[in-house]
This record gives sequence, structure tokens and C-alpha cells, in this order.
Amino acid sequence: MSPTVIVLFLAIVSLTLVITYWASKQTQTTGDFYTAGGGLTGFQNGLAISGDYLSAASFLGIAGSIALYGFDGFFYSIGFLIAYLVVLFLVAEPLRNLGKYTIADMLNARFDAKKVRGAAALSTITISIFYMIAQLVGAGALIQLLFDIPYTVAVLIVGVMMTIYVLFGGMIATSWVQIVKAVLLMAGMLIISFLVLWHFNFNIGAMFSEVKTATSHGADYLNPGLQYTEPLGTISLMLALVLGTAGLPHILMRFFTVKDAKTARKSVVTATWIIGVFYVLTLFLGFGAAIFVGDATIVEANPGGNMAAPLLAEALGGEFLFAFIAAVAFATILAVVAGLVLSGASAFAHDLYGQIIKKGTASDRQQMLAARYAAFAVSVLAIVLSLFAQYLNVAFLVSLAFCIAASANLPVILYTVYWKRFNTTGAVTAILTGLFTALILVSMSPSVFSPVEGEALFVGEPIFPLTNPALVSVPLGFLGGYLGTIFSGQTDVKRYAEVKIKANTGYRGTGS
Amino acid sequence: MSNVSEDNTSHHVNHNVDFEKVEQSEQFKNFMQNKKKFILPYTIFFLIFYFLLPILTSYTTFLNTPAIGDISWVWLFAFAQFVMTWVLCTIYVKKAASFDDQANQIIEDQIQDGGKAS
Repeated sequence: MSPTVIVLFLAIVSLTLVITYWASKQTQTTGDFYTAGGGLTGFQNGLAISGDYLSAASFLGIAGSIALYGFDGFFYSIGFLIAYLVVLFLVAEPLRNLGKYTIADMLNARFDAKKVRGAAALSTITISIFYMIAQLVGAGALIQLLFDIPYTVAVLIVGVMMTIYVLFGGMIATSWVQIVKAVLLMAGMLIISFLVLWHFNFNIGAMFSEVKTATSHGADYLNPGLQYTEPLGTISLMLALVLGTAGLPHILMRFFTVKDAKTARKSVVTATWIIGVFYVLTLFLGFGAAIFVGDATIVEANPGGNMAAPLLAEALGGEFLFAFIAAVAFATILAVVAGLVLSGASAFAHDLYGQIIKKGTASDRQQMLAARYAAFAVSVLAIVLSLFAQYLNVAFLVSLAFCIAASANLPVILYTVYWKRFNTTGAVTAILTGLFTALILVSMSPSVFSPVEGEALFVGEPIFPLTNPALVSVPLGFLGGYLGTIFSGQTDVKRYAEVKIKANTGYRGTGS
Repeated sequence: MSNVSEDNTSHHVNHNVDFEKVEQSEQFKNFMQNKKKFILPYTIFFLIFYFLLPILTSYTTFLNTPAIGDISWVWLFAFAQFVMTWVLCTIYVKKAASFDDQANQIIEDQIQDGGKAS
């Protein structure tokens, strides 16, 4: 890339960070990291949720998937959107009403046991790492394309930069990073979509006709089945997408930090509108990239298709738009990774180290130190794993994180709020069954084993046929929680009455 | 947890609430029944509507027939998912306001006054 692009890119990234820093300074009323979020309005929090959600996967991954596989890529957009109905109807308000900060804290409203806290922390850390891999693969591909350096070097540079950012500036990375980023990302998407539609005189039908002949797939491009030929595989992926959001720690955390359930509800609605518009636009980006960039060029830049959106920006708007889109994508990744590292690190420092290892006696200083070490360890692990994931589409990688969230966290959340008999053993078995079946099945799946050398981590026949195991692991998570509860027998009806009333009415006092 | 005190329902902190008694009350049972009658059918509906898309595209091909010019039915079904999401969002918010009133009524009737007596 030319020096102009690089200078523009660096300038826009720095500008984003400066705006974010300024905005966070303007609004910081208390020193408390958590309650800082409590001062946001429903609309602002909705923007922040959108910012958290519209990560590199949505932007780079889905645009690439649609560009390469047509309708099959659009499945991601639909799944990621409908997931918000699950959040709105089933989890947002009860969780907010129980008024805690992490999933482990929420489970603690019903169960005191340390092992519940430990299991929840473990799944939070695992989900954070998987989500981070996706972001790092996207960022790596972007830096590789921009600076023309090998992917490995690119990932290492990005990884180190992000670790430094989180370790030294992590606490500034509050909601405002997400808000600024969400606005910039939407602006970028709207500009590109406008330029694409302009070429067709704003006639969507003409765009469909054009794309029908533009790719090597011909008319099949507009039909489902180009990428997902296995019916159960498609349904399994869709299951992970629709149920995963309701179990994502960094999204749920946003409901814990608003003023009341009403604000939580408003923010979900705002987020649903913004995210919905965003996902409609992914279609124009994907089709645009297929028409104006071409699949050969997209695959050449990155085999997963992750560079379709930036390349389209370059084709339509020249160097400036390319630099702008690349910078926004990069800032997006930086912000999401910061949030993920923080949620992983706080699960470790607050839940595992503070409450279990030190049994609540750790000083603030010790916890801070533990959080930093944990942030460092989480980053290193994610960097190493993402070196192996270069050829995978980032939207696909995110779907694995969603699968773990849907299998390990969603069953326990729903049981805690809605099932009277649910108990401590059930909570532990629900989380662990979901978490480990998801992990084990992914490690035996076609994304890890492939008969063709270079397509996956290892050469060999996959033992488990589905690339996304949600169809098996989510029911097993629910079953694990059910069996654990039934076989252990103990139950605390009184405690459930309290949780039920608080979760449904928003009453916040203490009981007898 | 400083934000607990900001919550408007927690000014009257009562240390002797009998949650089991509230749970057993007709008023609360009615409230839960109303919520269930609203949430359950809608949730079942949107999940079926959602999974119908991958099921139909996986096992049939009739959605591939053109609907408007080169836009086939499968795309219209996909766009319908977006419309459904926005419509259900709006319906939920409208309905939730009435649930808020019922919930506040329960807190007022049973927890802040009635609950104290137990």
C-alpha cells in the first residue's frame, strides 16, 4: 500500500483513540468503572451494545462471506439479528433486575457455592479467548494487507499492541470506545452502501441481476447452499447464532450497568434497530465486493474472504475511503478486544483468584495484579491460537464463541431465572457439560481436522461431522443441568421465591 | 454496589419480606400468568419463523423461484426476518410498560406494606 494510505490509516486510528479518550473524560462522574456505565441513557447504552456486537466478525467476516458465498453468507446476518429477540424476550430484564455485574454474580443471587462461581468464570474466560481469536485474525489480515508484511508478523504486532493498550489504558476503554466506534462504523457502512447503490441508480433489483452474472458461481450465487451443503450443519450454525448472544458475558455485562430494567429494555431496542440496519447493509457490501472487486482478488488478499469490505472501499472510494474503512475496522477490533480481555481478566481476578483461591481475602492491589497477569495470559493464548486460524473466516470463528456461550451459559441463565427446582449441582453440571462438549466437539470437527493439507490445523478425517456443534452441545448443556439437579436432590424453594420476585418485579430490597 | 441505592424501588428497604408468601399470592400468580401468556407464544413464534428459513433452504428448493425480478422468495423470507424483529421489538416494549405497572403495584401492595405484617 502507498504511504498515503498508511499515514491516513494511522491518523484516523489515533484520532479515534483521542476522541474516545476525550469523550470518556467528559462523562466520568465517578471513579467507579462499573457505575460509570450506570450513568448512560438507554440510547447511549444501545449504541454501546451495538459497538460491542458489531465486531470485526460482523464487518469483515460477513461482508466476505456474502461476497464469496452469496446467500449463505447472509445467514450470519439473520442469526446475529434474531438473537436479539431471545435477549429481549427472555434474559435482558430478569438479569438486569437481579442487578449484578458478571454472570457469576448473577448466579450467586441464587447459589452461594464457590464451585458455581468457578465454573461460570471458566466459561467466561473460554468464550473471551475464542472471541478474541476471531478479532485477532481479522486485525492480522488487515495489517498484513495494509503494510504488506507476513500474517504471523502482523498478528504478533497487533497482539502486542492490544495487550499494551489493555494493560495500561484498559480502564479508559469504557462504554465510550464502543459508542464512538459504533457511530464511525455505521458511517463507513452507509458511505460504502450508498456508493454501491449509486452504481445501480438505487435499483436493488438491478443489483441482484448484476450479481447473478458477476461471480464464478453464476445464478447459484443467489441461492442458498453454496457453502452449507449439509442440512444439519446449517441448522446447527443457526442455533449457535440465535442462542449465543444471550450467553455472551461482554454483552450481558451491558445490562448490569444501566440504571433500571426500563433502561436495559430501551437499550436492547435501540441496539436491535441499529444492528438490524447494519446487517441489511452487509448485503450491499457483500454484493458490492463480489461485483466491483471480484472473488479472485478477495481470496488472494485473504483466503477467508475477510478483506472484502476494505477492498471494496478502495475500489469505490480510492485510497482515502480504504484508509478510513481499514482504520475504523482496526479501531473496532481494538475496542472489542479490550472489552474481551477485561471481561476474561476480571472473571479470573474477581471470581477465580479473589473469591476461590484467596477466599475473599485478597486485597485490591493483589486483585489488580492478578487481573493484569490474567489479561497478559489471556492475550498470549489468543495470539498463539490465532496464528493457526489464518485461513478461517472470522464470522465462522465468532460462531464458535457463540456456540460455547449458547451451550455453557444460556442453559444455566434460563434455569436460574425460570426453574424452581434448579440447584447448585445442576448449575455446575450445566456449565461444565455445555462448555466441555462444545470444546471437545470443535476439536474433533472439520475446522481442526481436514483430509486436505493446509485447510485445517491437522491432516486427517474429522471424527465429528459438524463444523459448529451447537445442535449437539446446546441440548447437552440443558440436559446436564437437568440431570445434575434431579440426581442431587437438594433444593432451596425459599431462595427461588426471592429470585423469582426480584427478577420479575425489579424489587431490590433484602429478604428475611 | 452503589447503584442499588439509585433504584427507585429500593428506598423502602424492608428486612422482613416473606418472599414465599408474595410468590403464593393471587396478585403475583396473576402477574406471572400474564407475562407467560405474552412471552411464551411470541418466543415460540419467532423461533419457528427463524428456523423455518434454514430448514426450508436445506431440504427444499421452492424458495429459489423468482419473486420480484431476479430477487427470489428466499431473499424476501430473509428480509421478512428483519421486519419481524423490528415489529416484535415494538410490541414487546408496549407490553412491557403494562408489566412495569403490575410489578410496581405488587411491590407497593405486598412488599412495602403487606409484607411487613408477616
